[in-house]
Amino acid sequence: MKVLVPVKRVIDYNVKARVKSDQSGVDLANVKMSMNPFCEIAVEEAVRLQEKGVASEVVAVSIGPAQAQETIRTALAMGAERGILIQTDADPEPLEVAKLLAAVAKAEQPSLILMGKQAIDGDNNAVGQMLSALLDWPQATFASKIEVAGDTVRVTREVDGGLQTLELDLPAVVTADLRLNEPRYASLPNIMKAKRKTIDVKSVDDFGGMGEAHLKVLKVTEPPKRIAGVKVENAAELVAKLKTEAGVI
Amino acid sequence: MAVLVVADHDNVELKDTTAKTVTAARAISPDVDVLVAGQGVAAVAAQAAKIAGVRKVLTAESDALGRHIAEALSACVMPLMEAYDAVLTPATSVGKNFAPRLAALLDVAPISEILEVVDPTTFVRPIYAGNALETVQSRDSKKIITGRATAFKPAEEGGSAPIEAIDPGPGAEHTRFVSDEIVKSDRPELAGAKIVVSGGRAMGSAEEFHRVIEPLADKLGAAVGASRAAVDAGYAPNDYQVGQTGKVVAPQLYVAIGISGAIQHLAGMKDSKVIVAINKDADAPIFQVADYGLVADYKTAVPELMEALTAAGK
Ligand SMILES: Cc1cc2nc3c(=O)[nH]c(=O)nc-3n(C[C@H](O)[C@H](O)[C@H](O)COP(=O)(O)OP(=O)(O)OC[C@H]3O[C@@H](n4cnc5c(N)ncnc54)[C@H](O)[C@@H]3O)c2cc1C
Ligand SMILES: Nc1ncnc2c1ncn2[C@@H]1O[C@H](COP(=O)(O)O)[C@@H](O)[C@H]1O
Repeated sequence: MKVLVPVKRVIDYNVKARVKSDQSGVDLANVKMSMNPFCEIAVEEAVRLQEKGVASEVVAVSIGPAQAQETIRTALAMGAERGILIQTDADPEPLEVAKLLAAVAKAEQPSLILMGKQAIDGDNNAVGQMLSALLDWPQATFASKIEVAGDTVRVTREVDGGLQTLELDLPAVVTADLRLNEPRYASLPNIMKAKRKTIDVKSVDDFGGMGEAHLKVLKVTEPPKRIAGVKVENAAELVAKLKTEAGVI
Repeated sequence: MAVLVVADHDNVELKDTTAKTVTAARAISPDVDVLVAGQGVAAVAAQAAKIAGVRKVLTAESDALGRHIAEALSACVMPLMEAYDAVLTPATSVGKNFAPRLAALLDVAPISEILEVVDPTTFVRPIYAGNALETVQSRDSKKIITGRATAFKPAEEGGSAPIEAIDPGPGAEHTRFVSDEIVKSDRPELAGAKIVVSGGRAMGSAEEFHRVIEPLADKLGAAVGASRAAVDAGYAPNDYQVGQTGKVVAPQLYVAIGISGAIQHLAGMKDSKVIVAINKDADAPIFQVADYGLVADYKTAVPELMEALTAAGK
């Protein structure tokens, strides 16, 4: 069984995004970039399936600038076998990403696409669901547990109020939530080994091209700032303030 | 142009996120219909019909819809799209699951978690864990939108919309429901609560979380929340998680106990009206957003707080 894992290069999750003063976007110059944390979880899960003998091959794919090769290398160092970079300096919308990934899926014919539930830059939480619709495959989002059994996959999902378990026929799209696993750190030997693995660099046109933008970003602004309030001395003062000053209890 | 609001419910009760989403929808168009898709939803539909400003309520019923299966829900809505220019649904786990799927079927760009309707084609949404707000204009003729319910006031009651049953659609061929594990609680729901008390990693164990956080929450009539660290460590169930990837809350009062205030946690609570933080580290980032900070060990501070509340007649 082949597993395809789409991975995105995004701002490192420890870095606080800063809005550009001309309101054109977020300043990414000289900012540390990393693999999207949810994609890391997806890679880890795919590699575990491979280690269990369930998956025969794990292929990582990214759409992004030349530097996204580093992101793919990270996936290779974690245990993925090969990578595909669809190189573009444009920042494609989720719909375009989903279309490109659908074209990759048609070429690669995986049985399972495992991906992040959300990229922490755009916070769209959309590509997995869209890819699944375009391929007309079943979907299970927000996975906290995955078990492959024959031609089906059983997925426990984190939903409002608790958990839901679904069974999907393969091929299917599954998106990873935080508690699916804890991604490993790649060991030095594996990082060295990853340097020799192949990354096919392709263009957007190799996978059907990119359409017109559907959304126009008019501006990106800073959210209203909260100002730090006061420190209280003790619980009694806190209750007094909440009652009389804030009026919330 | 008409808007379809896809209702948030558990087949038994309509959630108040629906009335809030109706408010957002009415900023797009005066013609707002509500779809209640589920199983055995007559009572839910009757509640939806009472929301003021709703033109009519559609009901669609099947097993798969009762389980909120995304494939079934998007297939149910697809044939309705000739009559609507926009679909709006709360950004719940159900809404986030089906809305992008529906958008892809329509070949349009979904717009996630809007906070504001600027005009019928322009919306404000948070990006980068809420550290930036993006104003986007849609060029699509059909708009598929999820809305952050905490950003909108609920539409009033007082309507009496007609209810009409529609074809539930084909269901989901390749997706089967196996089981649910829904945590029942008598406390208010986290997403809509007026007061939220949250505990973090400092609790150290599930027992301590129960012992410290829950009685305080109950005294305040509050919902219980948690940081990711507390959830990951098993101190609290997963749906208690507040943050970028958990629930977004905006109560009147948010009390963070033993939570450091990572950006991902702040993303879920920084729009609360009043924030209280109890943390023994005076430099914890949570104090930068707290209106009232108490630098103390929770082990002594929480019992004192319970006492002070009792003394204040709580
Ligand atoms: C992709 C991604 C998404 C994430 N999403 C979320 C999310 O949705 N929600 C979320 O919460 N986190 C999220 N996180 C995790 C986040 O980065 C933090 O790791 C997490 O919020 C920390 O939880 P905490 O504050 O409970 O723990 P810590 O950071 O360990 O803080 C514990 C605090 O307790 C204080 N403390 C310790 N003992 C005591 C005591 N006796 N009395 C008083 N105070 C005490 C300490 O001073 C400290 O400030 C996410 C991370 C990633 C990478
Ligand atoms: N440019 C991209 N390249 C590869 N995968 C992507 C890209 N953008 C999004 N994805 C995948 O889609 C998931 C959800 O992203 P989003 O819907 O944008 O929040 C991510 O976790 C990735 O797995």
